[in-house]
Amino acid sequence: MTMKRRTFITNALVGGAAAAGAALLPRAAFSADWPKDAFEAKSVSDALSKLLGSSDQTESADITIKAPDIAENGAVVPVQVTATMPNVESISIIAEKNPVPLIASFQFGDNGAGFVSTRIKMGKTSNVIAVVKADGKLFSAKKEVKVTIGGCGG
Amino acid sequence: MASGMRVQAKVKNDVTQVKALITHPMETGNRKDKKSGKVIPANFIEEVLCEHNGKAVMTAQWSGGISKNPYMAFKFKGGAKDEMVKVSWRDNLGKSASLDVKIK
Repeated sequence: MTMKRRTFITNALVGGAAAAGAALLPRAAFSADWPKDAFEAKSVSDALSKLLGSSDQTESADITIKAPDIAENGAVVPVQVTATMPNVESISIIAEKNPVPLIASFQFGDNGAGFVSTRIKMGKTSNVIAVVKADGKLFSAKKEVKVTIGGCGG
Repeated sequence: MASGMRVQAKVKNDVTQVKALITHPMETGNRKDKKSGKVIPANFIEEVLCEHNGKAVMTAQWSGGISKNPYMAFKFKGGAKDEMVKVSWRDNLGKSASLDVKIK
């Protein structure tokens, strides 16, 4: 009887700890898992296919990238992407020659307005690519930014 | 660390623009400490979420390629004055914060 009692207590403790751990782990607010393999990809097409399931994109004039022609400081490069096509689902920003090319991906609900603006780091002169997913298709645009001082090293 | 974050939301012609500024080192994990030569461990924001009236309007995944003390802005259709917008973030070390603001 004592054995059973001991077993019961142990089980209760282990079970309790597991339940507490489970309660701490999920962050209800963040649904999607961070796409680790897409952010570890070293090439643009690899990153795109891991993130969006495909790297086939059509160049589109409906996407405007606003970024400086010459960035004096690669650590802070302002980038603004405007997509005027309907049903924009996501906008991803890529710096072609960065050690980690995929910089950010923004997903919208059904009321997205096709606009994001942020500041990115660039290791050296390269194209900034914006990939827009709209109506299930991928569209892209690019703009070259010349970097005088890189922002990815020391 | 609510003080490390600023959020502003403004509605104009039925489109709300949300701007957020977060205080965060955004270390990529590739940088070395100049004095000790040791690699500074990665510490960057992985996910950002924005909710309007409790409904997600934007989720973003970031790498360390976003600049230190990140700034971001985006727009969504809808939104009205005095409604609430909430921006939250989580970094690779599990630290997180959020801030609620009224749409102006």
